[in-house]
Amino acid sequence: MNLSSAIECLLFVAGEPLNLQDMARALQCDEYTAEEALRELQLRLGESGSGLQVVSIAGGWQLATRMEYSETIGRLVTRNGGKLSHAALETLAIIAYRQPITIPEIEAVRGVSASGVVKSLQEKRLVAEVGRKQTIGRPILYATTQEFLHYFAISSLEELPVLENFEPEESDTAGGLLANAALAEASSETSQEAIYPDTP
Amino acid sequence: MLSVKTNPLKFHLPVFDGPLDLLLHLIRENKVDIYDIPIADITQQYLDFLSLMESLDLAIAGEYLVMAATLMEIKSRMLLPQAPSQNPEDEEEDPRQELVQRLLEYRKFQATVDTLEGWEEYRKLLYFRGALENPEDYFLPMEAGDISLNELQEALKRALLSAGVQEEKVTAVTPRRRVSLRMKMAELLRKVRSCPEGLPFDSMIEHPAYLYDIVLLFLALLELVRQGTLRAEQETTEDGIILHMREDAV
Repeated sequence: MNLSSAIECLLFVAGEPLNLQDMARALQCDEYTAEEALRELQLRLGESGSGLQVVSIAGGWQLATRMEYSETIGRLVTRNGGKLSHAALETLAIIAYRQPITIPEIEAVRGVSASGVVKSLQEKRLVAEVGRKQTIGRPILYATTQEFLHYFAISSLEELPVLENFEPEESDTAGGLLANAALAEASSETSQEAIYPDTP
Repeated sequence: MLSVKTNPLKFHLPVFDGPLDLLLHLIRENKVDIYDIPIADITQQYLDFLSLMESLDLAIAGEYLVMAATLMEIKSRMLLPQAPSQNPEDEEEDPRQELVQRLLEYRKFQATVDTLEGWEEYRKLLYFRGALENPEDYFLPMEAGDISLNELQEALKRALLSAGVQEEKVTAVTPRRRVSLRMKMAELLRKVRSCPEGLPFDSMIEHPAYLYDIVLLFLALLELVRQGTLRAEQETTEDGIILHMREDAV
């Protein structure tokens, strides 16, 4: 049995991102061997001029068409939905960096109401409710989803560009979820109170 | 400067995502330092923009007005002479500082939007297997009129069938009966009378039963017991209720 061909089959059948662990389990080998075979498959697809490629996306690997053929495919199927609006992207960026985050916190950054945008992002499954903040009113906390990673063709949140002067807000999470390693590492130094001018 | 000032006949109105976006635009256009905003100038331009929107009959969102008030407050505070500080350590706060912090914070996120937009565009060039799992992702376009309503109905039926959804045959349409408490009492009494050995209460409930009917039946029972016409027996709380006629009330 050719391991790289076997991985090709797995990716073809799965139709969703597969991680090395999944592949190794199916192949009954260790993850290192699976990764070797995956690289071999990538190389083979590239060299043989295949229309397919293996991309790293949403925490796993998935078969995708090569971008040069997008126009051809576009003549067969039509993609649903257009691009996200500027406001939606902005809101999504705030959620991605500050998750988990409540709607009032998003509004504090953007200076405009955010509930409508968040709702439509939720309908697109790019963000989801992940719990409630343990403050007055127990507002809902939002975080990005796997679909968010898939939508932007990235493998993990760590691929997001570093915000300059990044200062994470300490938020006590209800579920304590999705604490992004990259975000958690950054240290908080300045407290917000320091910048409020004293009232005369 | 907004383009309206340079050429009042032909101008385009930029669309802003809120007051912070507008302010950042003004700061960029005027090429001023964000840490040292000429607040009087910027406030004036901000208000000009609002009145321009007003003259075009565009609704101004409340957030823009809040920001206008904030700007004017900062402006007036900057005009006030600085009070001599008792404590030399106590450095006078710049009234603009809070606003600057908000603008900087907002600008950081705005800067990432381009990156996300680029990723989004790139991702749209890739097609994945698993399109069936995400049916919203693609669809096969069809010419209008290619398919008749009947064919669509048939297709839906097939899809439901393969998904294991059983279509329930409509056998009859029964309008809700309007039963009064009095009628229910009479019905109950008639049934009990025909069963000298006692009538189990449960047997009175016809399935499928409406909640309304069950409640009405129970009310009828209570009323008949209260009147002393019926006797209700229950051995233990687990057992069903058995109804008898009161011997003296036949």
